[in-house]
Parts: sequence; C-alpha cells; structure tokens
Amino acid sequence: MTPRQIIGKIGLWLSVFVIVSPAILFFLWMISLSLKFEVDNAAYPPVFFPDRIAWKNYADVLASNRFLTYFTNSLIVTGSATLLALIVGVPAGYGIARMAAHKSAIVILIARITPGLSYLIPLFLLFQWLGLLGTLVPQIIIHLVVTVPIVIWIMIGYFETTPMELEEAALIDGAGRWQVFRHVALPIAKPGIAVAFILAVIFSWNNFVFGIVLAGRETRTLPVAVYNMISFDQLSWGPLAAAALIVTFPVLLLTVLAQRQIVAGLTAGAVKGG
Amino acid sequence: MSALTQSTPAAAQSDAAPEKELRPPSYWPFVVPALVVVLAIIIFPWVFTIWMSLNEWKVGSPTTFVGFSNYLRLTSDPRFLEAVGHTLVYTVLSVALPLILGTLSAVVFHQNFSGRGFLRGVFIMPMMATPVAIALVWTMMFHPQLGVLNYLLSLVGIPAQLWVFHPATVIPSLVLVETWQWTPLVMLIVLGGLAAIPTEPYESAQIDGASFWQVFRFITLPLIMPFLFIAGMIRMIDAVKSFDIIFAITQGGPGSASETINIYLYSVAFTYYDLGYGSAIAVVFFLLIVLLAAVMLYARQRMLWTEIASGA
Repeated sequence: MTPRQIIGKIGLWLSVFVIVSPAILFFLWMISLSLKFEVDNAAYPPVFFPDRIAWKNYADVLASNRFLTYFTNSLIVTGSATLLALIVGVPAGYGIARMAAHKSAIVILIARITPGLSYLIPLFLLFQWLGLLGTLVPQIIIHLVVTVPIVIWIMIGYFETTPMELEEAALIDGAGRWQVFRHVALPIAKPGIAVAFILAVIFSWNNFVFGIVLAGRETRTLPVAVYNMISFDQLSWGPLAAAALIVTFPVLLLTVLAQRQIVAGLTAGAVKGG
Repeated sequence: MSALTQSTPAAAQSDAAPEKELRPPSYWPFVVPALVVVLAIIIFPWVFTIWMSLNEWKVGSPTTFVGFSNYLRLTSDPRFLEAVGHTLVYTVLSVALPLILGTLSAVVFHQNFSGRGFLRGVFIMPMMATPVAIALVWTMMFHPQLGVLNYLLSLVGIPAQLWVFHPATVIPSLVLVETWQWTPLVMLIVLGGLAAIPTEPYESAQIDGASFWQVFRFITLPLIMPFLFIAGMIRMIDAVKSFDIIFAITQGGPGSASETINIYLYSVAFTYYDLGYGSAIAVVFFLLIVLLAAVMLYARQRMLWTEIASGA
C-alpha cells in the first residue's frame, strides 16, 4: 500500500466512525441508563459504566402484570393488522400489477400523505357509535391504515418484476387465474411478502398516535404504555429507560437481522406509516 | 429501486411509460377485498372528515350545519397561524439537515469497507426504533442539570443549554432528534442512486485529474439529483406530519413554542373534542402538504428546464 492509500483508508474509517457514532452512542447510552440505579443516573458528571448494575430495573418492568397485558395487546394489534393486511394486500398488489392499474396507486399516495390524526377523528366517532371502544378491535382496524398501504405498495413493485412467462404458460395449460396466483405467482413472491411483512410489523408496532386516542387503560399497546410512564414516573430514569428498551428491542433486533430486506423495502416503496 | 423511486422522476418528465396491452378485467377479484378495506378506512374517513368540517360538531352536543365557518375561524385563530409558522420552520430544517448529512453518509457507505452491511444496519436503527422509546431517552439527554448533552457541551467549553425547555431552542432541539432519526432514510435513497451511476464519468474525471470535491460537485451531485429530490419530498411529507417525537418530548411546549399543526390538531380534536373544527384543520393541513409537494415539483421542473437551457 502506498502512503496515499493508507491515508485514504484511515480517512474512510474515520468518516465511517463519525457517521455511525450518533446511532451507536445513543443506544449505548440508552442501555447504560437502563442498567443504573438512581444514584448513578442522577450523578454529575454522568456515569457511563456504573459500579453496580441495576438488573432490577428490567425485573421490575417485566414483573409488573400490566406490562404483560400491554405486551399481549401489542402482539394482538400488530399481529392481526399485519395478517389482515397481507390477506387483502398481497392479492391486491398482484391484481394491480397485472392490470397495470397504476392510477390506483394514487389512493396509496393519498394515504401516505394524510396525517394519521385525520383518520382518527371520523373513525373514533364510528367506533364510539358501534360501541367498540374499550376493546382492541378499533386499534386493529385503524392499524390497517398503516399496514395495508405498505403491503399493497411493496407487492405492486414486487409483482411487476416477477416474470410473466410462467403464469402465461399455466394459463394456456388451462389453470384458472386463482390457481395461477396461488401456485405460480405466490411462491415466487415469497421474498417480497417477507419484506412487506417485516415493514408492516415494524411500523404497526411503533405506532403511537392511534393508541393514545383509542386505547383505554386495559387496551394500551406498549408505546402508549411507555408514554404514560413518562408522565407518572418522571424521576426514575432507570426503569423508564429499561421499559423503553424492552419496547423497541424486538424492532431493533429485526432491523439488524433483516437489514437487507428492510433496506430493499424502504428504498423501493419509501413508505412509512402513520 | 422500483415503485415510487422509479415512477416519480419518470412521471415528472413525461407520461410516456410503455403501456402494456390491456388485460381482461378478470383480475378484479384480487383487488376487491383491498378495495373494500381502503374504502372503509381511507376513503370513508376522508369523505366524513370533509362533511364534519362543515358542521359545528362537538362531542356531547347536537351538531349543526355551519358551512365554511370552521374554515373562516381558522384564518383568525392566532394559535393555528402560529402553529403553521412552527410547522414551516420545523419542516424546512428537518428536510435540509437530513438531506445534507444523508448525502454525505451515502457517499461514505458507497465505498467498500469490511462490515459494511452490519454497520448499515446499525446506521438505520434510529429510524426503525420505536419513536416514543427514543423520545423518552432524548428527553433525559436534554435534561438541563443531569442530561448528558450539557455534559458533552461542557467538555468543549460551551455553556449549558435549556434545549427543549426554552422557547427559543425547543424547535432546533426537536429538529436535532428528527435529523438523527431520519438521516438514514435519505442515506438509503441516495445510496440507491449512487449504485445506479455508471463508472465511465469517474474514469475520465480521474484521467483529467479532477479533485474529490470537483468529482462530487460536477459528476455525482447532478446524477443523484433525482434521488435527492425524492428523498426531499418524502422527508417533507414526514416532517410536516411529525407527531410522535414532538408530542412525547414537549407536547407542543414550553407554552406553545413547539406546537405544530399536527399537535394543535390533536388538542382541538381530542383534548377539546371540537371535532368539526378539528376536521377543518385536518383538511387544510392535508391541502398544505399537497401544496408544498406541488411547490417542490414545480421547483424541480424549473431546475430541469434551466439545466437543459444552459447545458444544451
């Protein structure tokens, strides 16, 4: 290596370090906060590595029986909203791609532009009339606002790139459209479905605005539960940070494990829910 | 790169996408279930919102049709006008900073280095993390006495700031969080653009002895412009609508110093339960976003024409 190349190499690593450190330092600090007792969290100058580690913060959060309720709520809401979105969205993406009905994507764009709160006002009234407030149903339905456009958008893009030849051959052999979809198109589309699934799960799991309006005491999802901890528990940072980390941990894990799919999905659709 | 990233610049330039031969409408059954869902959760709320905005509609009292008076009320509502101002400042900063930093990061991530995939995964963690959870940690970091940010500032000799606890610094502080969170998205989009650039211009530039900056300014930048534009558009739409971070950190405070349209909309609709007025805000808010998008499209067209006029 010439000196010039070595300098270039050092420069590159230095820039990598600079651009990645805000993310790394933030999450390390989050972990540090969550593992410290109050004494250390209130210390100035701040302590990064505490002498005693407060595993208790995590134990406290996990042990409260409310937490289990909220975790279950989040699982049910995100799980149902994602599953329903896949059931209606994957065939829709297929149909739209095959009909080349690109104008219909305008609806998805409108959904993308609309602030989440605008859905909340009419749907809140609707759920009130139907007497559904107090159950998880309103949240499952309104999370479809997030998940359905993501799934349709990604599936349109995906089905447009899958080859038509196999499908045409199957049609000529006398298969019905449904059979072609079920046995030819769907198996090829598995990677696309995985991308749609991952992004729908993440953006539904993270959603906050729908929960603060529609969730009651028993029907809170995790982000809403954590938000309520802020208002009641301002001073104990340790357990708060631990709760925050537990809430976002599944998503972070998914991000690192499935970063390839996530990057593909985000750059293709550039969708974000809410 | 497909869908939005591909179709938008194409649509901006011409509508001449090769039309596939029309298929018989037998694909409709695939679309119908989604159509029902979209009608129920997207179209219906929209129609109903417009109808509500024409009524005096408060929870617990009878509704009366009032025509456009909710909209007229907006024009003389100082809190709304102030919120529009906050939203615009917040948006401009939250588009510009991630665009600059995201482009620089993309140039770095475009290089080859070991662990690139993993580090890219780490880099995008801020935008995938649960916003409320990270807002909570930022709130602790902003704490004037115990927060780590003031400690870091003190290390380099900068006096302690009040961050989100002072009207003058609250919006820049929130923009800091928004920039930290969304720079990765810009990076990803631009990175996709860089991957699509042919290598020939770089080779000839190297032969001509162009500097790194010249290469970036005269080759890379023009070629990734379409991607920057899309990133800017998406960033604008998200920044205008930003809710979770602002709501969880300041709830629009101190006072109303960080109250954006979306936060004000929340107060009107779900604190005061003034649903008619809230609906009018929602409609105007949506139109404002469409207007901003149109302005950006127009600016982009103008730029293209000037490029063609001066280049050819």
